[in-house]
Amino acid sequence: MESYVLSNLITSALVAGLALALWGARRSPLWRNAGRELARRRPVALAVVAAYALVAGLDSVAWTDPHHEVAESEAVLLGEPRSAIDRLFPADFQEASYSAPFADHELYGGEALRHPGGHWLGTDIIGRDVLHRTLKGARVALIIGGLTSLIVLPLALLVGVSAGYVGGRVDDVVFFLMSTLASMPSLLLLIALIMVLGVGTVQVCVALGVTGWVGLARLVRAETFKIRELEYVDAARVLGTSELRIVGRHVLPNLMHLVVITFALLFSSLVLSEVVLSWLGIGIEGSWGRMIDQARTELSREPVIWWGITSASVALFSLILAVNQLADAVRDILDPRTVGEES
Amino acid sequence: MIAYVLRRLAYGFATVLGVLAFLFGLFFLYATPEDMARRALGDKAPPQAIEQWIVNHEYHHPLFWNPENPGKTLIVDHYRRMLTFDFGRSDADDVRVTTRLREGVGPSLSLTVPLFFGGLVLSISLALFVATFRETYIDRAGVALCVLAMSVSILLYIIGGQFLIARILKWFPISGYDADPAVIARFLVLPVLVGLAASFGEQVRFYRTVFVEETNRDYVRTARAKGCGDGRVMWHHVLRNAMIPIITRVVLAIPFLFTGSILLESFFAIPGLGSMTVDAIHANDFATLRVMVFLGSVFFIAGQIVTDVCYTLADPRVRLE
Repeated sequence: MESYVLSNLITSALVAGLALALWGARRSPLWRNAGRELARRRPVALAVVAAYALVAGLDSVAWTDPHHEVAESEAVLLGEPRSAIDRLFPADFQEASYSAPFADHELYGGEALRHPGGHWLGTDIIGRDVLHRTLKGARVALIIGGLTSLIVLPLALLVGVSAGYVGGRVDDVVFFLMSTLASMPSLLLLIALIMVLGVGTVQVCVALGVTGWVGLARLVRAETFKIRELEYVDAARVLGTSELRIVGRHVLPNLMHLVVITFALLFSSLVLSEVVLSWLGIGIEGSWGRMIDQARTELSREPVIWWGITSASVALFSLILAVNQLADAVRDILDPRTVGEES
Repeated sequence: MIAYVLRRLAYGFATVLGVLAFLFGLFFLYATPEDMARRALGDKAPPQAIEQWIVNHEYHHPLFWNPENPGKTLIVDHYRRMLTFDFGRSDADDVRVTTRLREGVGPSLSLTVPLFFGGLVLSISLALFVATFRETYIDRAGVALCVLAMSVSILLYIIGGQFLIARILKWFPISGYDADPAVIARFLVLPVLVGLAASFGEQVRFYRTVFVEETNRDYVRTARAKGCGDGRVMWHHVLRNAMIPIITRVVLAIPFLFTGSILLESFFAIPGLGSMTVDAIHANDFATLRVMVFLGSVFFIAGQIVTDVCYTLADPRVRLE
């Protein structure tokens, strides 16, 4: 199967899953109220995240147009699958080298550009449009956060709940495993994992997942310990409910606030970690981290090439700030200890 | 007490063994010695060269079981070397890893120790200040500033700091290091400032939460009823009662002073252990990387044990069973 078809399918599955989760959440008054409260407190941050998600989603849906009357030079480029974001730009939207935002001429050499004034944020060293690259970075960032969370959340829930609910030997083993993993310095462990697994989107996400699941698993384990002893769980057991059903109906739903809070906090730290990895040369292709990494030599050129790093940094900063604000609001709203407190 | 410390030590040792098992799985079972040789020599290396590399680095023994010489296996070697702190030679250039560690720990400490104490004093004072004015605009502005500071990647602090302070304003050299005490400060001021800027947001927020939680307690009301002012309540009563979370954080951070700061050191060309790690990454030097992960976790586990013992000293309410 072509890789872009696979990417389209994954995107559809993710959107469907998200819609299903939202639909499920709407049925419970607790989550409905939480959602409403979030929209009331942080409308801007919510809108920013939604905008990034939209750009990322549009960039994930790609298709080819085989029957297209084009000039000879464009034919090669048009044979490639292009996403909805790519289609906002002309197919041959490339220059020979650096050009400043809105420039008519190349920065070095002064040759006329093919698209004078067309590159709103300038071009990079091999003439790629910076705005285009910045927009495409949104998808990479959401993949880092999303794919890693898909690894972390189920794993942490499974391990945490089984340790907390079953207890005894299982708990001892799990606790030992967690303290072993947690004792290794996370950046070093991350580096070691990626060096061994190899560089690539999936490998980086797996490595981030391996280093990231212990925190949530610990919280889930401790909370399950508490829930297990509560009276309604006893009542369910007396009524003859099966253990599996108790976990599914009475324990898991009461852990969901932890999952949502951790997800929000995890997301920004994952994206920021990838920037560091990019700089070490083991990040993901096309990320904002790569663009920032590229700027190390650009800032010492004369004249200074500032537009690449500025665009990537602003895009990165806005997303992280919005997610951090949402994470704070979500924690205030869902954490029973701080309910009613406005900060 | 002694029984508790002994039990804690035994569990810590077991965790170290677990870490070693994990590292063995990662570096010998998942990435085989042949993979390592191929990474070091390149894909086109002839089979003899790879064979030779493996023998030179003593990776040619069987993994688990050697019928001719039962003690000579990779897993035994791995455990023996790590536990006796005899780390052997680097995979990249055959320099002894222990020599590298000894050379690197000084520069690393000269960067991380000022950064650590500066950060501690700065963030605790700021957090106490902000917590004194909790629920006012000062508090809200402080928290908002922290969130802003946390949302910037550390890479941008470094690149921005070097560009602005070193290149444009020319206050300090861009990078470099000199062990001579007369000039060392010139090279260290900028990295320490950048490190402080990158870490204060998260720290201040953490300490503020701790302090605000404490200010809601009864003893604070009592102190106020006796007529203590804001300053005395915050610096005397609240700070001392908030020692448990502070100690936890501080003691757990101390081990990482020794392993250095990977990003700051390599950007500012400080020849410490962090730079060594980055060089190891670029040179595919698995032996050095393995040692760094191992040492990091040994320090961390030791720190955890010390923390638990410190609890009893700082807070008489904590009893160890």
